[in-house]
Amino acid sequence: MNKPLPNSLRQGPDGRGRFGEFGGRFVAETLMPLILEVEAAYEASKKDAAFQAEWRRLLTHYVGRPSPLWYAERLTTHLRKKAAPGKGAKVYFKRDELNHTGAHKINAVLGQILLAKKMGKTRIIAETGAGQHGVATATACALMDLPCVVYMGATDVERQQPNVFRMKLLGAQIVPVTSGAATLKDAMNEGLRDWVANVHDTYYCIGTVAGPHPYPAMVRDFQSVIGTEARAQMLEAEGRLPDVLVAAVGGGSNAMGLFYPFLDDKDVAMVGVEAAGRGLDTHEHAAALSRGRPGVLHGNRTYLLQDGDGQITEAHSISAGLDYPGVGPEHSWLHEIGRVQYVGATDDEALEAFQLCSRQEGIIPALEPAHALAHVIKAAPEMPADSIMLMNLCGRGDKDIFTVAKHLGENI
Amino acid sequence: MSRIAAKFAALRQEGRGALVTYLQAFDPDRETYRAILHGLPAAGADVIEVGVPFTDPMADGPSIQKAGQRALKAGATAAGVLDLVRSLRTLDDTTPVVLMGYYNPILTYGVEAFCKDAATAGADGLIIVDVPPEEADEVEPHATANGLDLIRLIAPTTDEARLPKVLAATTGFIYYVAITGITGTRSADYASMAPTIANLKRHTDLPVAIGFGIRSPAQAAEAAQAADGAVVGTALVDTLAASLDSEGRAGPDTVKNVLGQVSGLAQAVRAARKVAA
Ligand SMILES: Cc1ncc(COP(=O)(O)O)c(C=O)c1O
Repeated sequence: MNKPLPNSLRQGPDGRGRFGEFGGRFVAETLMPLILEVEAAYEASKKDAAFQAEWRRLLTHYVGRPSPLWYAERLTTHLRKKAAPGKGAKVYFKRDELNHTGAHKINAVLGQILLAKKMGKTRIIAETGAGQHGVATATACALMDLPCVVYMGATDVERQQPNVFRMKLLGAQIVPVTSGAATLKDAMNEGLRDWVANVHDTYYCIGTVAGPHPYPAMVRDFQSVIGTEARAQMLEAEGRLPDVLVAAVGGGSNAMGLFYPFLDDKDVAMVGVEAAGRGLDTHEHAAALSRGRPGVLHGNRTYLLQDGDGQITEAHSISAGLDYPGVGPEHSWLHEIGRVQYVGATDDEALEAFQLCSRQEGIIPALEPAHALAHVIKAAPEMPADSIMLMNLCGRGDKDIFTVAKHLGENI
Repeated sequence: MSRIAAKFAALRQEGRGALVTYLQAFDPDRETYRAILHGLPAAGADVIEVGVPFTDPMADGPSIQKAGQRALKAGATAAGVLDLVRSLRTLDDTTPVVLMGYYNPILTYGVEAFCKDAATAGADGLIIVDVPPEEADEVEPHATANGLDLIRLIAPTTDEARLPKVLAATTGFIYYVAITGITGTRSADYASMAPTIANLKRHTDLPVAIGFGIRSPAQAAEAAQAADGAVVGTALVDTLAASLDSEGRAGPDTVKNVLGQVSGLAQAVRAARKVAA
């Protein structure tokens, strides 16, 4: 393995779980001993060849990795039509929507459930927004014969019905959460509350690069399989690295997974796309980095949507997976040091991109990566024709067709 | 001597434990809460925990979550909470007040400014649920500089290896969490906790209060006897909630019912003499 250079951006977090000033372990005392236990177990697993081999085996034969790198030629041609002569970047997709269960979430779930087993935990809990992380966790628990409880905001239970039923089929218990706006933040609160009460036998499988240390680093490391594969695939396809990476940012796990292996490649620019909901200048969006400020929630210090008194405000997005008022702490750090640029895409832009991708590429994307694609649609035509844009197509849209149909005024 | 130390010393002389009450400031509205707060010392509260409302109280059960929502709807802010403490101090200069809440509202206020203003308002200690000793270096210097105790929770999961670290970071008193869980869910057998508390006391000279799940006067008496104090929160919040109308507004009996329950708890705690150590 390559050791990171002294001036590498891939050295975080520090011993306290901080990326710059972000991250940490802001949890109640009841959880603290367990968080330290998870950290010790995770550190040991990194050096455990059998653990790593088992995770790799599952990724290959169960998930279907490596996922392909796809040159989106029709989309590229389509976007060049609107571009000035000599403009219009080549667009590639990293196709994590082809993973078993339909999104990137399964990469980190399998790693975490293996870890839970190694720790001797016999019960798994998870929070979910879009339901993709819940489905992935329920899937891994079915495979590994563990009981699984999934907390899901009641609003999200409504708008992600197909995934709710999927989780039931997989044998998970779904607990609708009605507090707050009944979305992802509230589901995470309930997950933490369950964990506090059941620390002796329960492992909390967090679905993104947030939560207390070691979760942001651990989930990032597992998801980095995306960027590591994409880097090698791009070198093979084009003989060089891409010019820009683009990924949607909810909590930020698919984005960190793509970005992390490229962080020290100075010529590779990176754009994280937050949900701008009804617009960044309205109060209805989920753009923690663009419009929030640093605070402490769910165990870490990070950018948050909050009012002047430090009360957390509700996020809004058409996409349940992006509907979260916070963001992983490593993104907050990458934002502050300027390594990654964070922009927004609105509900309408995502809907537009969702349809365009379906027609141009024959791929129905999830609403989350549709936000990333909305940025590609804006940015690719501005770039030279010999430049390369790589987007993380981190989930498929099966779960979203009812939501999209409703917005398009169709009855299905 | 701080009000907290003085109070526990006086109770030790009396040979009994403390009744520690918890309610959330601004629940169900500022003036009703003010009336309750002002009435607590006479009703028999020995130490008053004032909950500072937060939208996402991750260690609290449904009762206290709802209390927080009512309080925020009623316009609770950190500054507003400190005003209430200040108003209590015009009537009572001996009952310790401990502010209990989560970190983000304090962070937003500014940790240094909050500690300074809290001390000036007459608060004596802080419990910040989501700031464990590992993260306390941001808070400790400001709390110490302003004479505020940093009261810490010790949980059943806190093991022997970790205990000295937590105790070293604690001043005022220790809050022993009787159950692994959130507030307002389960009760414990408080009478059987004496050995656990005795074990704690081998490591510290600080008083220990037991909390989480204490609802009845009998339970409060048992806990106050097994340790140096009993914390009652959810049971009071539930009484308050039961007195509200369907819109969550204070009813004619809100203040009376809550203070009446405090009196009942206080009588039981006072009747439970501690066996001389
Ligand atoms: C397909 C997909 N993409 C993205 C996300 C957002 O999460 P993250 O930002 O952690 O990748 C979700 C979350 O549910 C998702 O299902």
